[in-house]
Amino acid sequence: MTQQFYVSPEQLMKDRADFARKGIARGRSVVVISCRDGIALVAENPSPSLHKIGEIYDKIAFAAVGKYNEFESLRQAGVRYADVRGYSYDREDVTARGLASVYAQSLGAVFTAEQKPFEVELAVAEVGQTQEADHLYRLTFDGSIADEHGFIVMGGQADKVSEAVAAGWQGELDFAGAIRLALAGLVADKETTTLPVSALEVAVLDRGSESGRGTRRSFRRLEDPDIVALLAEEK
Amino acid sequence: MQETTANRVAANATSSFTEHLQRERPDLMPFGQVPFNQLPGTGHAAQPAAPLQAPHGTTIVAMTYAGGVLMAGDRRATMGNVIASRHIEKVFPADQYSVLGIAGTAGIALDITRLFQVELEHYEKIEGTLLSLDGKANRLGAMVRGNLPMAMQGLAVVPLFAGFDRPAGFGRLFSYDVTGGRYEEQEHHAVGSGSMFARGALKKLWRPGLSEQDAVAVAVEALYDAADDDSATGGPDPVRQLWPVVYIVNRTGAFRVPDRDLAAVAGRVIESRTVAQREA
Repeated sequence: MTQQFYVSPEQLMKDRADFARKGIARGRSVVVISCRDGIALVAENPSPSLHKIGEIYDKIAFAAVGKYNEFESLRQAGVRYADVRGYSYDREDVTARGLASVYAQSLGAVFTAEQKPFEVELAVAEVGQTQEADHLYRLTFDGSIADEHGFIVMGGQADKVSEAVAAGWQGELDFAGAIRLALAGLVADKETTTLPVSALEVAVLDRGSESGRGTRRSFRRLEDPDIVALLAEEK
Repeated sequence: MQETTANRVAANATSSFTEHLQRERPDLMPFGQVPFNQLPGTGHAAQPAAPLQAPHGTTIVAMTYAGGVLMAGDRRATMGNVIASRHIEKVFPADQYSVLGIAGTAGIALDITRLFQVELEHYEKIEGTLLSLDGKANRLGAMVRGNLPMAMQGLAVVPLFAGFDRPAGFGRLFSYDVTGGRYEEQEHHAVGSGSMFARGALKKLWRPGLSEQDAVAVAVEALYDAADDDSATGGPDPVRQLWPVVYIVNRTGAFRVPDRDLAAVAGRVIESRTVAQREA
């Protein structure tokens, strides 16, 4: 039997964290912005079918960066959690806080107990009646949870993108303004000044879905023509 | 080792909310919890000692029209000879492009409706695409089948399902029996205690290519005729301002017809019958 080398717990955790961080930084960024009309979720994603942004429940959306298979399994688990909860209690009893804490626990358990940590970073967003009632939670690979105000930037060169978004963020933005700001952020770490619409994945949580479209499901994925039309509006 | 892990992942991958619930939280299922021969009062006999008294929903009518399909239900639930509810709603949107109406034991039917609504939304969220209309109709059939043990106790649920088939570009109707058998219906159909009378009225009133307004009028009149002859079906109630629940489903989605339109339509039906001064 071979002798195992002693590795201190500090070193072990640091190695795992470095491993996860490297994986997350390799990908492209995702930006989540709370604005007047609701919450805009924008990802740089060339695939039209392998989504980084998804609907969880009536007022709750999910965005992720990192390894697709890992965050996709977390997204599906989130949909199941929310649907079971809404079915057994009531639709309004499903909250982003509850979901985020379940995610934090699973990510934390995987980080300490499994062979390798999840190389993902998640955002859970809940749109409220007013902008003050919006909730944005950021979840990292080790199960840490943070309650963010205004916007979240994850993945890729997150610090550069975050700087650009922070410079332009204000609560009065409409969806067009928020998506423009997210685009400005996404190109901050690149040579170009614009991204083709086909390389974008955009979805919104519409604050006025009940009064405007008559549906309690506020999540709406914007197709390429919708994005072009929205961005062409007067600034 | 690798292969068993892959098999386990594949076996656990389901887009069905019902399957997930059966696996993880069987206590939340509306049916299939207690084997029917173990229910109190059944003993070894196949028939229960006394039939269980529970509110029953009654008549639902559905028909195709020029732009899609329409479904309407009266507002009455009965328990034996007593009116259990005058306000009950028995037609629901299942998702954006389909509706279902339920006749039979109201409590179980309402839970099956809720489960079916979550089932369709769950599939849409997990898969990122809508289930086909045939797929939806089959899922509902499986749920009715799941309720068979309860149906044998006298707690049957018989739904009627209608939706707009977007690839095909027209509306379609499906009826079910208690064993979950699924039958596609042409033109129009009705279920529930007053369905015989409603179907008779539909045979005379329905024509191919009805406009939306005409289809609403035909549905309200068919329910009026059902209420006329079936004591368990409620007619339009001008005293309490209660009108049938009517949903239309067309290319753009499922919508509920507003009460003020139904009040006008029901008013015209009552007026024409009053003017005609006929006994039957």
